[in-house]
Amino acid sequence: MRWRRLTRNRLSFGALCVILAVTLTSLLAPWVAPYDPDNPDAEATLASVSMRHPLGTDVYGRDQLSRVIHAGRIDLLVALCATAIALTLGSALGAGAGYRGGWVDQLVMRSVDAIMAFPAFILAMAITAALGNSIANVVAAIAITHVPIYTRLIRGEMLRVRETEYAEAARTVGNRPHQIVLYHLLPNCVPPLVVQATLAMGFAILTVAALSFIGLGIHPPQSEWGQMTAEGAGYVVSGEWWLVLFPGFAIMLTVLAFNLVGDTLRDLLDPRMRGVR
Amino acid sequence: MPLLAVEGLVKHFPLGGPGEWLDRVRGHAPKAVRAVDGVSFAVEPGETLGLVGESGCGKSTVARLILRLVDPTGGHVRFGDVNLTALAGEPLRRQRRNLQMVFQDPTASLNPRLSVRRAVEEPLRRHSTLRAAERRERAAQVLARVGLERELLDRYPHELSGGQRQRVNIARAIVTEPRFVVLDEPTSSLDVSLRAKAILLLAELRATLGMSYLFISHDLATVKYLAGRVAVMYLGTIVEEASTAELFRQPRHPYTKALLSAVPVPDPTVQRERLVLRGEVPSPIDIPAGCRLRGRCPLAQPVCAEPVTLREVAPRHRVACHLA
Repeated sequence: MRWRRLTRNRLSFGALCVILAVTLTSLLAPWVAPYDPDNPDAEATLASVSMRHPLGTDVYGRDQLSRVIHAGRIDLLVALCATAIALTLGSALGAGAGYRGGWVDQLVMRSVDAIMAFPAFILAMAITAALGNSIANVVAAIAITHVPIYTRLIRGEMLRVRETEYAEAARTVGNRPHQIVLYHLLPNCVPPLVVQATLAMGFAILTVAALSFIGLGIHPPQSEWGQMTAEGAGYVVSGEWWLVLFPGFAIMLTVLAFNLVGDTLRDLLDPRMRGVR
Repeated sequence: MPLLAVEGLVKHFPLGGPGEWLDRVRGHAPKAVRAVDGVSFAVEPGETLGLVGESGCGKSTVARLILRLVDPTGGHVRFGDVNLTALAGEPLRRQRRNLQMVFQDPTASLNPRLSVRRAVEEPLRRHSTLRAAERRERAAQVLARVGLERELLDRYPHELSGGQRQRVNIARAIVTEPRFVVLDEPTSSLDVSLRAKAILLLAELRATLGMSYLFISHDLATVKYLAGRVAVMYLGTIVEEASTAELFRQPRHPYTKALLSAVPVPDPTVQRERLVLRGEVPSPIDIPAGCRLRGRCPLAQPVCAEPVTLREVAPRHRVACHLA
């Protein structure tokens, strides 16, 4: 029923389609991409948009469309892994803090506050700069900066659901504390978590791209949207606009789609939050 | 030996904040909400004790204290020869199969994400080694016993009516065949037609399964039907306790009299003496010294400022009133 309402709104329906399309092309990249992304076409270096190369080619003659499609794999994979890790870690910490309370709560929440005291992007930069920029480190950097969001969210939800009568009933019936949290409380915290994860996916993609843009994320020759944008930026003055436009457009479209779907989900699940950022 | 004995049970909720700190500095005891302030009673095997009183008098806190959903400030709860107050963790958890509760709000007390089957099977999962098929069979049996069809097993709480939800709650409470069940106003959120059915069901289950109930209610008519003995609570203490017949025939405490005289009688021609209390229930933070009813009681005397305890005025009839 909720899915119906999500698809009824044209804007969010469009956004959902974009997410689906981006995900599918990323999954099927080797089959969808017209060329090998690393294979140079010596006859067409820095070629503009054409039938042969729909999004043009770069300075080595590599097909832009293939590179953008393969870049999507990395961007989505990194964002998804980071979100999954942050969600798991944040939920566990938030659940512990909210359910136990007392010193556990203090310890967890003060640590989370410490992470939040740094601007997220600066912290991500620092982590990748310190650990070196491998894919795993980018995932770790984004996951760490996202953990506080989930911790605070789940802790708040926990404080709400742990006082419910079904929580008391679960205890009366003989559940052990971890069973109460896992089977009774956490499942009832899922809706706001889904909203938050969707919004955070968009933000995570943006962070991967931004890190790569400044050279701290994914390294060439692996194609990545932010790093492609950075490379392409140098050619704008000389007129090769396609190099910066298409990867930049891919970032914008994907992030926008995640944000729109996230906002719509939030409106559906909690109409009171409408318009609140 | 009584099945359940509550001895001097006390629960104070501290107010916290700067007031508490100031009180400590000044050297007197910090203020607290004295929700339950020295409650003692016993329930014999197979007996049903009714616990009545206004909203906010501490009835539900007593229920939660017995089940150790909140920890008491003082006093003991003994279940058979086990001191429940001294238990924690796994030993306490193992006692729970014998000690169940039906909650007040049938909707709020069911996890919205568990199907009827999962909700009713869960106690078995936690307390028995039955296999999945056996649990399933047992859940269906218990559901049939509370008058729900097998088809409802795979439904979720929001797909059930209020009466069905309460039956699921009852089924969940009795599936482990507990010896003692606390019923915390099980009928207050049901409409009148369903209320009678629920009460009949509870009476029938008690007869067939041999359980004891602590039946908490503010509905005196249902208490009269279900309970063998009644304890009347006012402001965190028991003011009168007697067998149901005796209490309804000959209430001794002014509070009980006021409570009983407020029950509507279906015959408009009956003239009766009404005992009306003045004012409102005092705050459980500032409980008057001496008799707690003193400020509101039309019969109050100077002696009522003296502390009052429950004393036996007739065999098995206890009253906390200087004048009774």
